[in-house]
Amino acid sequence: MIRVARAGLLTTVQDLGRTGMQRHGIIGAGPMDAAAHRIANLLVGNDPGAATLEATMIGPVLEIDADVLLAVTGADLGASLDDRTLPLWCPVVAPRGSVLAFSSARAGCRAYVAIAGGIDVPAVLGSRSTDLIAGIGGVEGRALTAGDTLPIGAASQAAGGIRDRIRAAPDAVRSAGRSLLPRYGREPVLRILRGPEHERFTAESRRLLCAEPFEVSAQSNRMGIRLTGAALRLEGAYDLVSSPVSTGTIQVPPSGEPIVLMADHQTVGGYPRIGSVITVDQPLIAQAAPGSRLRFREVDMPEAQSLYLERERDLRIFAEALRFHYS
Amino acid sequence: MHAAGGPLSRMRVVPLGDTALLVELGDGIDAATHALVRAAFDALSAAGLPGVRDVVPAYTGIAVHYDPLAFAGVGPLPYDAARRTILDVLGRIRPADAASGRTVEIPVHYGGADGPDIEHVAHHTGLSVDEVIALHAGTEYTVYVIGFAPGFPFLAGLPPRLATPRRASPRSSVPAGSVGIAGLQTGVYPLATPGGWNLIGRTAQRLFLPERDPPALLRIGDRIRFVPVSGV
Repeated sequence: MIRVARAGLLTTVQDLGRTGMQRHGIIGAGPMDAAAHRIANLLVGNDPGAATLEATMIGPVLEIDADVLLAVTGADLGASLDDRTLPLWCPVVAPRGSVLAFSSARAGCRAYVAIAGGIDVPAVLGSRSTDLIAGIGGVEGRALTAGDTLPIGAASQAAGGIRDRIRAAPDAVRSAGRSLLPRYGREPVLRILRGPEHERFTAESRRLLCAEPFEVSAQSNRMGIRLTGAALRLEGAYDLVSSPVSTGTIQVPPSGEPIVLMADHQTVGGYPRIGSVITVDQPLIAQAAPGSRLRFREVDMPEAQSLYLERERDLRIFAEALRFHYS
Repeated sequence: MHAAGGPLSRMRVVPLGDTALLVELGDGIDAATHALVRAAFDALSAAGLPGVRDVVPAYTGIAVHYDPLAFAGVGPLPYDAARRTILDVLGRIRPADAASGRTVEIPVHYGGADGPDIEHVAHHTGLSVDEVIALHAGTEYTVYVIGFAPGFPFLAGLPPRLATPRRASPRSSVPAGSVGIAGLQTGVYPLATPGGWNLIGRTAQRLFLPERDPPALLRIGDRIRFVPVSGV
């Protein structure tokens, strides 16, 4: 069991999200940085779909009252275990009574805490993810608060192997390979596909989308990352009826400043869709802090989907390599 | 592929990012487009295609969310493979029969604290409060879209006489079950949320039922009747 001593700014339980529920108006939720979430799980022998904690900017303080295997991935929020700096992207044995804490955001926005066995809150509509809008999943459908306790599921056999190996030979710890780590970096370039209403924007707006940097607004949240910068304009009036959107969809409201829809986006939206951030680059925007800048670059569908398949293949190879390394 | 002028002649498939595609079936909010959307939704739901994560109908089209990995075979792009699979299913559909939807009655307590804007709607439309209630409850509506909030129905069929622009300043919290009017739209708030619709009544009927599967009371194509009751 994990006891929440301090909740942090916005800490939620997330698995890979609710699928098949958007038709009922229920959002997908799930991690903002799905790559970091999945790698965290693999590192502790979990299924990639196990529930982790997503911490935002200011992380929680967690009291661990059993020996557990855990891994922290994603943003560097200053993680420490019993006041010693915790290495990111690798499995760590946390002894009973230890305290996992975070100081402050050093790079990125969102960190993932995976614990062998996963956060074992009840699944609601097929998922443990916290849906802050419907108020379901996670802990009572809300962000964690101080005093919450989190049940942990039974660790896999693989987790046992990892733990034994780390104890026997601490140097044998295997971190996630460099090729797999998202290239968070400063002023990331996000690759985009054209959206259904791309042609309805002025030629100048279409040019500006990929020519000028945009700044991440403090108004951003799990529903969408709001950007400020060039105002994008439609060619003439266009009244779009509410239409489907997807994670990564770049919507342009009348202000002209784009919004990139993220994990908690509504199922349908009423603003023109100029483009879409490709799946493999969505972690980069999930980690873009308010005030930071980013750029867009257009790619075509063959490139976007071959990158998607490459990422899936890399994750599969990593999972195999871990199994081999620790067996 | 389809006869010119046939119901599917305007069908268009376009990408919606790298994990979804959009099937466009029309361009306006109308009964003919809705009948096609429903038929396409039913066909795609029934097909249970492997690799399809969700099928989300809206006013003029449907989003199909898919896993590119499941459509990555020997040959073409996952997008092309998904597109072809979906067109294959949709090639056989015919517009849904409006009469085949269910009829759902929703009890509503009109006016008073449950419908604080009913006087405003009466004033705006030049009707009496009783006439507003009679007209709103005397009409059959069709659920065109579920979205915006869990189980929230976008309803077609509001008598144009009841059309009232949304409030100048939205309320910070509208109670769950509130029945409202905004422009030519009417609907029921499933959850307490901020909202700018004119509230004319409230229902005790829950629209979002997370403990059930499906978790939404209503689905597209359902016909709705509001039944006046004396209290919630």
